[in-house]
Amino acid sequence: MATVADPTIVEFDVRTDEMLVNMGPQHPSTHGVLRLVLRTDGEVISEAVPHMGYLHRCAEKIGENVTAIQFIPYTDRMDYLAAMNMNLGYALAVEKLCGMEIPEKAQVIRVIIAELNRIASHLVGMGTYGLDLGTFSPFLYAFREREMILDLFEEVCGARLTYSYITIGGVHDDLPSGWTQRLQEFLDYLKPRIEEYHTLLTRNHIFVSRTAKIGILPKHLAISHACSGPMLRGSLNRTSGDPDWDLRKIEPYSGYGAYDFRAIVPPFPEAPPESVIGDCWHRFYVRMLEVIESIKLCEQGLKRYPTAQGTHRADLPKHLPAGEAYVETECPRGQMGFYVVGRPSKDSVPLRVRAKSSSFCNLSLCDELCRGCLIADIPAIVGSIDIVMGEIDR
Amino acid sequence: MGWLEGRFEESVITTSLEQAINWARQSSMWPMTFGLACCAIEMMATGASRFDIDRFGAGAFRATPRQADLMIVAGTVNYKMASRVRRLYNQMPDPKFVIAMGACTCGGGPYYKYGYNVVKGVDLVVPVDVYVPGCPPRPEALLEGLMRIQDKVRGMKDLTKNQQTDLPIPSRTGYTLLPAELGGAV
Amino acid sequence: MTSAEIISILDQKFGDRIKAKNLEAKDPFVVVTPTDLVEICRYLRDDARLGFDMLNCVSGVDYLEPDPKKAAKAGFDPHMEVVYHFQSFRNKHRFVVKVILPRWKDDKAGELPEVPSLASLFNIANWHEREVYDLTGVWFTGHPDLTRILLSDDWVGHPLRKDYEFPLEYHGIRGR
Repeated sequence: MATVADPTIVEFDVRTDEMLVNMGPQHPSTHGVLRLVLRTDGEVISEAVPHMGYLHRCAEKIGENVTAIQFIPYTDRMDYLAAMNMNLGYALAVEKLCGMEIPEKAQVIRVIIAELNRIASHLVGMGTYGLDLGTFSPFLYAFREREMILDLFEEVCGARLTYSYITIGGVHDDLPSGWTQRLQEFLDYLKPRIEEYHTLLTRNHIFVSRTAKIGILPKHLAISHACSGPMLRGSLNRTSGDPDWDLRKIEPYSGYGAYDFRAIVPPFPEAPPESVIGDCWHRFYVRMLEVIESIKLCEQGLKRYPTAQGTHRADLPKHLPAGEAYVETECPRGQMGFYVVGRPSKDSVPLRVRAKSSSFCNLSLCDELCRGCLIADIPAIVGSIDIVMGEIDR
Repeated sequence: MGWLEGRFEESVITTSLEQAINWARQSSMWPMTFGLACCAIEMMATGASRFDIDRFGAGAFRATPRQADLMIVAGTVNYKMASRVRRLYNQMPDPKFVIAMGACTCGGGPYYKYGYNVVKGVDLVVPVDVYVPGCPPRPEALLEGLMRIQDKVRGMKDLTKNQQTDLPIPSRTGYTLLPAELGGAV
Repeated sequence: MTSAEIISILDQKFGDRIKAKNLEAKDPFVVVTPTDLVEICRYLRDDARLGFDMLNCVSGVDYLEPDPKKAAKAGFDPHMEVVYHFQSFRNKHRFVVKVILPRWKDDKAGELPEVPSLASLFNIANWHEREVYDLTGVWFTGHPDLTRILLSDDWVGHPLRKDYEFPLEYHGIRGR
């Protein structure tokens, strides 16, 4: 009886095709020159392949042709938002190769400067994340605070973005007089401002609905892709026994072992109920809480600085010894590794400098994270990975 | 503007019309977001609140080249990216201007010697109007570059026939007078 | 776990398939042949005491002194090394595995040396090996999609080799 089709239902034969959308190298929200080729079925993504190399600046070839200390400015330009941390990673690798001892004062200055740069980098990450998702105010607020940090850096080393301040053996110059007071004033100014950012973004229900449950990253996938930094920490769960994976805690370098801070790992009691551990919101919130930890670290460094022993820089050896050294440091985007090979014929030019960047490993997840989401979620996911193309392409 | 160009003899009326059109153009140069590398961050800082580029009228960064008339190439251009730079330049409508921001775009920058993949200066790819050196240039330097472009616009004579192109006269050079108590002119 | 203990575990399991080991280096390492690489890395990942589940870095290093006058004092014979840096998420220790290759396969210039791919064991090996192929010119057999990742697809040559000649021009843009 029911073989005749219901006359109230009208069916059209609709043929759908897949679209290849090119989110090209020039795009307001790809955080630099990243090209994403999206295979979409309407709005739903079935595949997102990242193409990189549009900023490949041959840093590793340059590393084989200039002396170790001449390479420091090139490390600045890799992750240009956290240039001090890049300098620190490379300097530690060369110092490990040479077997140098760094005086305590240099280590304290390095910690203060690196953490201050971490605050600046996370501010940019937060501001541009808001910009990608459509709000302009957090960007302006973040850059307002960042300009003050850049003023402090300009007093220390003369540059606003590419510092080359942390060199092999320590830091280039001692801190100028009065700088520690100005830094303390800045930190006191910044602490209540963090609450403004939470109101603007973290607890904003539009932001939450655009980032909660988007781009969920399971822990085993993160480890298999060698993710690190806030990308990995946003997927860990302290209550289920995951370690606090922060290289400053696990393999302390530059005196971090003596400081009192915690690695930020979920679960967070203040997380909105819609969000799940491993989504974009948690990665963003890890970065926000890391800013507070960095402020604590800066203040502890400031207390140690007046009584620290030694000078600001150790003497340099004449040439690099043979051998190789690989050092990873915790940069704002993850673990940045530098592998330096020295020549057996005594020379100050290394045989090979390899920079392994955290954003390279984090970006490899882009394909898996973007499957099944809408095109409008791509800026949310790519923004939460927090990539810097200078680091990926070197 | 297409049918108006080169149509009139030089006279008082066309001069003030040109001045009015050039003033409108220079006060609303809309740049295209073309930040490639580290200089892009300084470009963003120029657009932020301390070194506000919007007070020059150039604050509306358009993402699409079809609506922009200024391309600030901020960052290193390499061989893979060069074809895209040229294509985006071709997509911009006339009159268009290019600022080469940063040492890498001026002549290869720090990657000049061993950069096998770096274009030694973006003027090998697009015609450049103003070069702003620096690594990265300070936001004030980029604003001065923008002011030079504005001077160039001020000197444009599109409406008159047989125009001779004059060199643009820099105004608002950024030289400030010292206050009188420090020895400057009163 | 110290590197000496890790190396002794590997010695017990694999015996003389570990071609060389160096405990005095700043990062102690073992050298394996390309044919044993996948099995040894699988053991490194799956054994509970070792648990190396993060492949942090794969680097290709070209040991060659292109200047013939300095070649005698260089201190090494020309060869290529692929260096794998591992880290364990559970046990928090690190380890280095090296593979030593000739610079060209069967010493014919232009034929890339071959190493089996670890892309089936570690997801990140996919991109790291593409980069090593792109820049240093090592062919990874069994890789799902070994194409250039950083340079343009029509680039000729492998720049990080020491005897690489810089191009004079590329698609009409001069290079020098």
